Amino acid sequence: MAEATLQAERLDDPLVVAGRELGSRLVMGTGGAPSLEVLERALVASGTELTTVALRRVDPGARGTVLEVLDRLGIAVLPNTAGCFTAAEAVLTAQLGREALGTDWVKLEVIADEVTLLPDPVETLEAAERLVADGFVVLPYTNDDPVLARRLEDAGCAAVMPLGAPIGSGLGIRNPHNIEMIVERATVPVVLDAGIGTASEAALAMELGCDAVLLASAVTRAHDPVRMATAMRHAVQAGRLAAGAGRIPVRRYAEASSAMEGRID
Amino acid sequence: MQIELNGQPRELPEGTSVAELIADLPHRGVAVAVDGVVVPRSRHDQERLTDGARVEVVTAVQGG
Repeated sequence: MAEATLQAERLDDPLVVAGRELGSRLVMGTGGAPSLEVLERALVASGTELTTVALRRVDPGARGTVLEVLDRLGIAVLPNTAGCFTAAEAVLTAQLGREALGTDWVKLEVIADEVTLLPDPVETLEAAERLVADGFVVLPYTNDDPVLARRLEDAGCAAVMPLGAPIGSGLGIRNPHNIEMIVERATVPVVLDAGIGTASEAALAMELGCDAVLLASAVTRAHDPVRMATAMRHAVQAGRLAAGAGRIPVRRYAEASSAMEGRID
Repeated sequence: MQIELNGQPRELPEGTSVAELIADLPHRGVAVAVDGVVVPRSRHDQERLTDGARVEVVTAVQGG
């Protein structure tokens, strides 16, 4: 690893979710990769320590699985409830994920329709309450709504994961002001989830004060997933460092950085 | 008896257990629900399927 990267990591605290330390602030999804081989190389390049998977009906003919890849790399698995439209479906899917993967962590995702894939706030909150009561560590995918984020936190969620833009859209962060408001009020980690298209947007999420970024398509559907995974790793570190460094105030006019005194005539 | 396995009809001998149904599948990463309720692995041997049961067998796949 390059010396600069080592120094950057020393300047930052680990991300802590529900008492568990994670060395990387980039959470990766595994959806959309052209092959498991490309996915594996991209995951290594990203430096991620926590990675989402979906749960689907068993295909007896499937060869090689994403779990084999994650086991081999020693990356923790975070089952999601992608594709669920109701709290009841999400709760059952979360329970299946816990049984299948031996983890009580779940990325809660309850969508409203197949066109926008936007979270259904009512069903998401209901599912979160039921899963927390059932002993889950709940990380909900949510709208960029500060009120809903607060309600999810009050329900006992271990983090809140507002979207930057719709899943897979690559539209970036459409309402940075709302993300800032969520960050200001949250006492649990805020993970910017969905909408990221390129590295500068991941860096912006961290500059806005988010604790981590979760992305999949931006890497897995990039022309060169391994290169983009590397870019995202650096972007999340750079954004985090910049947020902690304290940016200069924005000015209307210039302010010289070279002294005006002592100039030649 | 006939059950529904992952949305498809399936003929099984009377009294087939969950363990027998999924015997050919890998143990890691698989979970079973019968009629909308998860059957924990510790109960796969004694849980007998009944005619008309709706069984879901799922595993982890790539996903965001």
